[in-house]
Amino acid sequence: MIEIGGTRVPMREQSVEERIKNFRSVPCGYNKEEVMKEAQRCIQCTGAPCEKDCPINMKILEIIREIAFGNFKKAFFIMKEDNPIPAITGRVCPQESQCEGVCPVSKRGNGINIGKLEAFVADWARENGVKEDIHIKERPGKVAVIGSGPAGISCAVDLRRFGYQVTLFEALHKAGGVLQYGIPGFRLPTEIVDYEISYLSEIGVDVKLNFFVGQNIKFNELRRDFDAIFIGTGAGAPLFMDIEGENFKRVYSANEFLIRVNLMKAYKFLEYDTPIVWGDTVGVIGAGNVAMDAARCALRLGSKKVYILYRRTKKEAPAREEEIQHALEEGIILKELVAPKRVLGDKDGWVNRVELFEMKLGEPDKSGRPRPVKIDGSEFIMKLDTFVEALGTKPNRLFLNKASELDVTSWGLIEVNKSLMTNVEGVYAGGDAIRGNATVILALGDGRKAAKYIHERLSKN
Amino acid sequence: MSHNIVRIEALSTENYLIEVEAPHVAERFQAGQFVIIRIHERGERIPLTVADVDPRKRTVTLIFQVVGKTTMELSTLKPGDTLINCVGPLGNPSEIEKFGRVICVGGGTGIACILPVVRALVNAGNEVISIIGARTESLLILEDEIREASTEIYIATDDGSKGHHGFVTEVLKGLLEKYKRQEEVNRVIIIGPPQMMKAAADVTRINKIKTIASLNTIMIDGTGMCGGCRVFLDGEMKLTCIDGPEFDAHKVNFDDVISRLSMFKEKELLAVKHFCKHKQKKAGRQ
Repeated sequence: MIEIGGTRVPMREQSVEERIKNFRSVPCGYNKEEVMKEAQRCIQCTGAPCEKDCPINMKILEIIREIAFGNFKKAFFIMKEDNPIPAITGRVCPQESQCEGVCPVSKRGNGINIGKLEAFVADWARENGVKEDIHIKERPGKVAVIGSGPAGISCAVDLRRFGYQVTLFEALHKAGGVLQYGIPGFRLPTEIVDYEISYLSEIGVDVKLNFFVGQNIKFNELRRDFDAIFIGTGAGAPLFMDIEGENFKRVYSANEFLIRVNLMKAYKFLEYDTPIVWGDTVGVIGAGNVAMDAARCALRLGSKKVYILYRRTKKEAPAREEEIQHALEEGIILKELVAPKRVLGDKDGWVNRVELFEMKLGEPDKSGRPRPVKIDGSEFIMKLDTFVEALGTKPNRLFLNKASELDVTSWGLIEVNKSLMTNVEGVYAGGDAIRGNATVILALGDGRKAAKYIHERLSKN
Repeated sequence: MSHNIVRIEALSTENYLIEVEAPHVAERFQAGQFVIIRIHERGERIPLTVADVDPRKRTVTLIFQVVGKTTMELSTLKPGDTLINCVGPLGNPSEIEKFGRVICVGGGTGIACILPVVRALVNAGNEVISIIGARTESLLILEDEIREASTEIYIATDDGSKGHHGFVTEVLKGLLEKYKRQEEVNRVIIIGPPQMMKAAADVTRINKIKTIASLNTIMIDGTGMCGGCRVFLDGEMKLTCIDGPEFDAHKVNFDDVISRLSMFKEKELLAVKHFCKHKQKKAGRQ
């Protein structure tokens, strides 16, 4: 029976008791019946606001229609035209503030669960070995893509599909950037990332791992050897608070904590060689997705009490709704309106306390959110034994220092024009390298857009 | 791409030399830089000292001390085995120019790291006095190479089994008394255990001689992403991987460096125990 509008088909999830003991995906994903039923709720409205709000303008209505009729293969092919990594975006996009948020059905309850539909189709294709036929018409032109995160992936894929020879450079030993090192398996399983990324080699992108542009090859050599360059180096450098006591042991940047857990699999220590140390009581500073990820990792490692320490309130938290909800369900304690003054440690150099200010909300700042204001004399001590700073990241100096001809803002973001070209002819940039901390899907959009402009440039010659 | 091991030998009971094929490192390496290696898919990433490169053979020579599971496993490898990763060159090259008279102090495995620096400094026209030291004679590595490269060499061992009976810092102090007129020693470079570097920095601080220390902190990515290698210079945070590894020794807070190096000690012991047990089991089966 087709039920237009109606209530959202609930997503089955691992129970809280179960999931806090493992790193497996929290949502179990729809089955065939569920996914069709959810797709059938779509009213196929005119105007398709969901598509307009999608940074890569996926043909969402068409995809949903095919899913509603059980034509998963067709849905998959349509999806892949615009999105090289749907199994990933289906899981990590902030749908509630994009496609699902503008869905007219959401006025009467929950919008169509577009993310989970997308993930289902991509998973179905993977599990059933469904792949599109790849016909690439080779054309002259060599493009270098620096960084294999979402921006680099989409740019490389599109350029390769246009027919160019594409070389993708990645500094780490695995491709994927933040998808690989940053986002934990319970949100984005590693095997899914690996599979989606294997698509790059499949279509003939030359992926060079363990390769640092700037160290292994100079930026100007790269400019000499390639006809165009896309920079998708992301924002991988952690920010620290610059307060007293950040030198203590068991004080981590969220990046380090997550790299150890995700990329290096420290949660399987002894089977894997990379260690991680944590204690019973963990404080995580910040309330973005990364903070939630770090907190939930700590819980899964076995910490007994995990606090999110946030200077504003839950309402202003930048993390996705689903992430905050999952974290709270799992027993993570959100301590609102506090900000650290200094970190304290014992005589052996281990963190054992943090001194916090109480905060209050003031006038709105540039972001439109109320500014957190310190309450004088409100300092108090909180005992903890692990302290993780999830304050956001900024672009990596390592690369920028070696490509000094590029114009950057005072914040270290690469400056680009409307065509995403930098001040250097033929050199383009996108994703977090030009935006700071943004989303996977915006990076993906930049990569596609840059590919289009690079194609325009190279096909003119 | 994996990296073929062409040579491995024990330099002492604790130190090993391993020569691996790593063309992209061999091609671009400059004195002072390092590599990060991983043995296999489940391995950890560890930074290692590059003692030499052979661009013709496209190999790098790494020298390491067995301190944890990974270095222990590394020491059991044979020629023909491979490393899954050998990434680099990482970090900034040493500042090499004609300074005049330079004293290079190498302690323990740090001697390996200082060898290319000594060579580069001599090539740049410096008079280089090397002081190398170890706990005991049998742990002293690369003595001949350092002797050959340097203008002058001094040796110190904690137990007096070779050279000066005591620390390299005492020899350094003696030399600075000898060359006490201003500008007689233009620079001091120290590479070794952080306790030694701290003591050596204290010695040269009195004479206000520009002193450089090369730090070997815990690292993961080596590209400025994790922040685990952070050190503090006069209170300012720096990352060893991308701002270093060489820093002004008079500004480095060595107590922090020493403390942070022990962060994973318990886990390292566990891993070593696990590895030995595993190896014994394997040996038992054979």
